[in-house]
Amino acid sequence: MDVLVPILYILAFGLFIYGLMGLTGPKTAVRGNKIAAVGMTIAVVATLLTVTHNWILIIVGLVVGTALGVPSAQKVQMTAIPQMVALFNGVGGGAVALIAWSEFRTTDSFSGEPAYVIVASLFAAIIGSVSFWGSIVAYGKLQEILPGRPIGLGRAQQFVNVALLAGAIACAVVAGLGGAAEIWIIGLLVVAAVLGVLVVLPIGGADMPVVISLLNALTGLSAAAAGLALDNTAMIVAGMIVGASGSILTNQMAVAMNRTIPAIVAGGFGGTTLVPGADDGVDRTVKSTSAADAAVQMAYASSVIVVPGYGLAVAQAQHTVKDMAKLLEAKGVEVKYAIHPVAGRMPGHMNVLLAEADVPYDALKEMDDINDEFSRTDVTLVIGANDVTNPAARTDPSSPIYGMPILNVDQSHSVIVLKRSMGSGFAGIENPLFYADNTSMLFGDAKKSVAEVTEELKAL
Amino acid sequence: MTGAVLAAEAAEAGSTGLLANIAILVLAGFVGFAVISKVPNTLHTPLMSGTNAIHGIVLLGGLIVLGRLENPSVGDAIILVVAIAFGMINVIGGFLVTDRMLGMFKAKPAQKKGDS
Repeated sequence: MDVLVPILYILAFGLFIYGLMGLTGPKTAVRGNKIAAVGMTIAVVATLLTVTHNWILIIVGLVVGTALGVPSAQKVQMTAIPQMVALFNGVGGGAVALIAWSEFRTTDSFSGEPAYVIVASLFAAIIGSVSFWGSIVAYGKLQEILPGRPIGLGRAQQFVNVALLAGAIACAVVAGLGGAAEIWIIGLLVVAAVLGVLVVLPIGGADMPVVISLLNALTGLSAAAAGLALDNTAMIVAGMIVGASGSILTNQMAVAMNRTIPAIVAGGFGGTTLVPGADDGVDRTVKSTSAADAAVQMAYASSVIVVPGYGLAVAQAQHTVKDMAKLLEAKGVEVKYAIHPVAGRMPGHMNVLLAEADVPYDALKEMDDINDEFSRTDVTLVIGANDVTNPAARTDPSSPIYGMPILNVDQSHSVIVLKRSMGSGFAGIENPLFYADNTSMLFGDAKKSVAEVTEELKAL
Repeated sequence: MTGAVLAAEAAEAGSTGLLANIAILVLAGFVGFAVISKVPNTLHTPLMSGTNAIHGIVLLGGLIVLGRLENPSVGDAIILVVAIAFGMINVIGGFLVTDRMLGMFKAKPAQKKGDS
């Protein structure tokens, strides 16, 4: 047994790494995920081999987790994936915090434990609790239980957050001295919980993907720390791989939005933003169009680029869009999809939705590949996207999103924007694209509008 | 806390060895960096979801602590059963959701339809 378990662990994390490598390509991704799942199964079975007590309780935990996890994963709508990932991430962080708490209780308040075990456990407790409560708030915002706009304490926010972090560390120091009362570890978990809530609350909907990715990386790190405390190599390896890869992913997302991670965590994007350019003397009339006109315009174009955004996800319009594109293609129109890296609420969110509707993977173009094509394109159809098409990011240094890479939608010959109303996007920023001469607006629910355009196309 | 002190304590503890574990930690970090830097943007959501499932490895922590505990108090039992249930939700939900997402990418002969 002493040799078997480590060997199984090595096999398991070998499979994790191999599986993750598979996840990096569209053709190998399904297999990669399954391989990682096999690795996880081996790791769990190996650990069960070491169990000597409490079989019934363990089985109860595993069964309850399965009974809750399987249906929620099977039933969730593809549009609700970001909040589901936030929730799964949160319970992982919660597990880490609870394990650290139980270690404190079962080792007689860490008496006689080596210092590194205590430090790693307390680190895991703080990060795990922050991750759990932060993820719950992120879930609430994305599920629209909580308002998506930033909710903050204004200038006091950063001071309060630093004070909370200091408070959590102070609790950790007392709890780690050995023989401390249990109230200190509970205090640590509570203070870290408040910190997690207060860090995520002031962050606006537009930054939420970055936050979920950041919390994902943090949970990975806390799992690695818990692995150090428990001297478990499988936890160290898996946790650290997630911590490292999650950090890279977070940074890539932040770069795509021209934001820095500290600026996002400091919070308040859009919360205090004035509406810029409201009186800059530019013609601010909006042209609205009808479904029939939009249909004619696209039917006689030679190329159309569809720019999907969160509005498409909310309206569940992916299948309708695919039907419309099929009709257009039948008329000889070339249809492509331009995917901004942070369109929707997670990178790749649009790809998942469009793939669900059987849009060919090859028709989905990334920003850098398609940006030069807009100037040669007859009609660009923007479906529920806003900030990622805002030319102010290129031209207006006073705009809060100045410098963010955007899709150069405004350069195409004409633009049709499907939008529910003239309200601004998550970031709360005016979009000059809507007032441009070559832009016309088709107001209404994205799915309904696309369906109407499709009907008109059939009639042509 | 210096590394030397930590290492000395690890030696006392007679474990696999703290230094060995830290070496594993650092190497795993580099593996994470190396593997992820090559992913196309389009697969980022499934990837985030997949890595999310992998940190469900915390489940092992719950199994280890509860599995070696003689006569747990009611409080310990509740905390650890919840921890195990949380870990299990993370693992099984994470892998299933990722699989559903990826299934959508794979289901069609994409090359045939594309008009290059």
